[in-house]
Amino acid sequence: MLSIKDLRASVDGKEILKGINLEIKPGEVHAIMGPNGSGKSTLSHVLSGRDGYEVTGGSVTYNGGDLFELEAHERARAGVFLAFQYPVEIPGVNNMYFLKAAVNAKREQEGKPEMDSMEFLTLVREKMGLLKMKPDFLHRNVNEGFSGGEKKRNEILQMAMLEPNLCLLDETDSGLDIDALQIVAEGVNALRSPERSFVVVTHYQRLLDYIVPDFVHVLAHGRIVKSGGRELALELEEKGYGWIEEQAA
Amino acid sequence: MSATEHFAAQVRNAPRAGDVAWLNQTREQALASFEELGLPTTRNENWKYTAIKPIEKKAFQAVDGAVSAADIEPFLFEGLDADLMVFVNGAYAHGLSKIGADGVRIASLSAVLADDAASVESYLGKIADPRASGFSALNTAGLVDGAFVHAGRNQVAPRPLHLLFVSSGDDAFSQPRNLIVAGEGSAVSVIEHYVTLGEGSHFTNAVTEISVAANADVKHYKVQQESDKAFHIATMQAEQARDARLASYQVSLGGAIARNDINTRLVGEGAEATLNGLYLVDGRQHMDFHTNIEHVVPHCISRENFRGVLDGRGRGVFNGKVHVYEKAVKTDSEMSNKNLLLSKNAEIDTKPELEIYNDDVKCAHGATIGQLDEVHMFYLRSRGIDPTAARSLLVFAFANEVLQSLPLEAVRQSLEKTLIARLPKADHLDELVQ
Repeated sequence: MLSIKDLRASVDGKEILKGINLEIKPGEVHAIMGPNGSGKSTLSHVLSGRDGYEVTGGSVTYNGGDLFELEAHERARAGVFLAFQYPVEIPGVNNMYFLKAAVNAKREQEGKPEMDSMEFLTLVREKMGLLKMKPDFLHRNVNEGFSGGEKKRNEILQMAMLEPNLCLLDETDSGLDIDALQIVAEGVNALRSPERSFVVVTHYQRLLDYIVPDFVHVLAHGRIVKSGGRELALELEEKGYGWIEEQAA
Repeated sequence: MSATEHFAAQVRNAPRAGDVAWLNQTREQALASFEELGLPTTRNENWKYTAIKPIEKKAFQAVDGAVSAADIEPFLFEGLDADLMVFVNGAYAHGLSKIGADGVRIASLSAVLADDAASVESYLGKIADPRASGFSALNTAGLVDGAFVHAGRNQVAPRPLHLLFVSSGDDAFSQPRNLIVAGEGSAVSVIEHYVTLGEGSHFTNAVTEISVAANADVKHYKVQQESDKAFHIATMQAEQARDARLASYQVSLGGAIARNDINTRLVGEGAEATLNGLYLVDGRQHMDFHTNIEHVVPHCISRENFRGVLDGRGRGVFNGKVHVYEKAVKTDSEMSNKNLLLSKNAEIDTKPELEIYNDDVKCAHGATIGQLDEVHMFYLRSRGIDPTAARSLLVFAFANEVLQSLPLEAVRQSLEKTLIARLPKADHLDELVQ
């Protein structure tokens, strides 16, 4: 699904990613943990095609092709989805329109006809039900005036509607209370399938109690310094990041 | 012949409606003012950013226009049940107009001046200062036709009034003069709508006076969709008595040079003014908005929200003046002007101008100039929306914030569709028009 080889990237001439290697197979859930400033968010931004990052070395192969050949919107259409750490408010655009535009952009890419309104509504209401979202939510502007939990649920709703192959979750748990966290995690778990892979970027182990990863990687100073199973997350929870950083330094 | 002489001669030779002493005097004084003031130059602080030289270079004159019902059909707002007055090159076209008998008094100014000038004597030329600029003086000097609306005490207009000013022919010069009088407790909605038949380079010089009596409610729309070669100069001057409400919605889409002076005087306590505007500037268009809200007495409210989208080599000017008099305590005023620059050659000059002569007021103002937000763009692109469509969506959302404030649904929807039609890859945005 995704093969990252010696990936290096900088922002404003400063190298943030210093050679990342990662292999992700279909159906796997990889957690990427690390202290603030370790490059976690940079990794998800580089993978999703955000401007402002310069890839200075290495390669990323997605489903057999060069990921960097695709622009951000093309990656999305090809099934890469980034759930934002800070979902963006878009005044003047309602959620319904936004979701529909996104769904139809992907369908266009796949050579499918646009989804008609009834079909769309049926589907979106079903997904909203799973995420315990109120119906009026569709008519509100994208993320405008949403609480932190609502914004994150909105990200997962988009993910559920778009049915991506590769889901990048960038600190989806940060700032969530336990109820919201559970709802979001259930939403994610409902999407787990043998074909779909997840990269869950988080600072806290708590999320991984609900979204159980197959692999845990620890990122520090722009490199993966340790990889392991789920137990690595528990170890980090107990000991903090200090010992990792010391090892890396 | 100088431009001033040319326009003075145009006015002198034009036919006049109404031969009444006060009216003749008003026109003569205005003509003398015009000859003294001339057309404004950029040395005049109020006209600093707007050079009107191209207007001086052409020989604008009265032109008879032949316009049919089929010609005006595309300019009507779909689904709007309104009284309609059509003016062709400034002259009232009775045959194209349609006014119900059950409403407030609606008549062409030419008819009123000929038969019943006394009914407008206390308003005409009294609300808008004919000496405010050479253009105001010129309009008053040539005062001949336009719309007159009079809602009597507690009268509520059953329908909005659509004033359609159609210009046709290349050098056509028209000077609409409108007067809206809302009696105590009355309510009217008036849409001033300026369009061009064809692509002519004509010149419109309009003045609209609005008198809002105690507790009356006026909703005023000004939609300017003239050709990109047209010159459009317009003044709206209102005066609001106690508890009078005026909302004016200004949408400016056309014209090579378009200048709007939008002014209101709050002379009765509790009066409330809302001035909202949207301007879309592209190509080599130049659009200038000067607003002036005078808080003369205590406890008045003003709200102002103007937004501009500037592309190509377009240039915009926004000068928002709020003048709070010494005795106007408890004034509550907010002004906002936001601009979106879509090209590096587009330009905007925005200036809040607050003159506040007492301490017991709440006056907020803000102006922003920005480009499309990169974070917004990335969010949309990350959901598969291609960059052109994403850009159109964001421009629409930005501009539509002003259009959303328009109370007349049919007018709002029509303008939203017009906006969408100007944007690339925006077909789907029709779904947002509700």
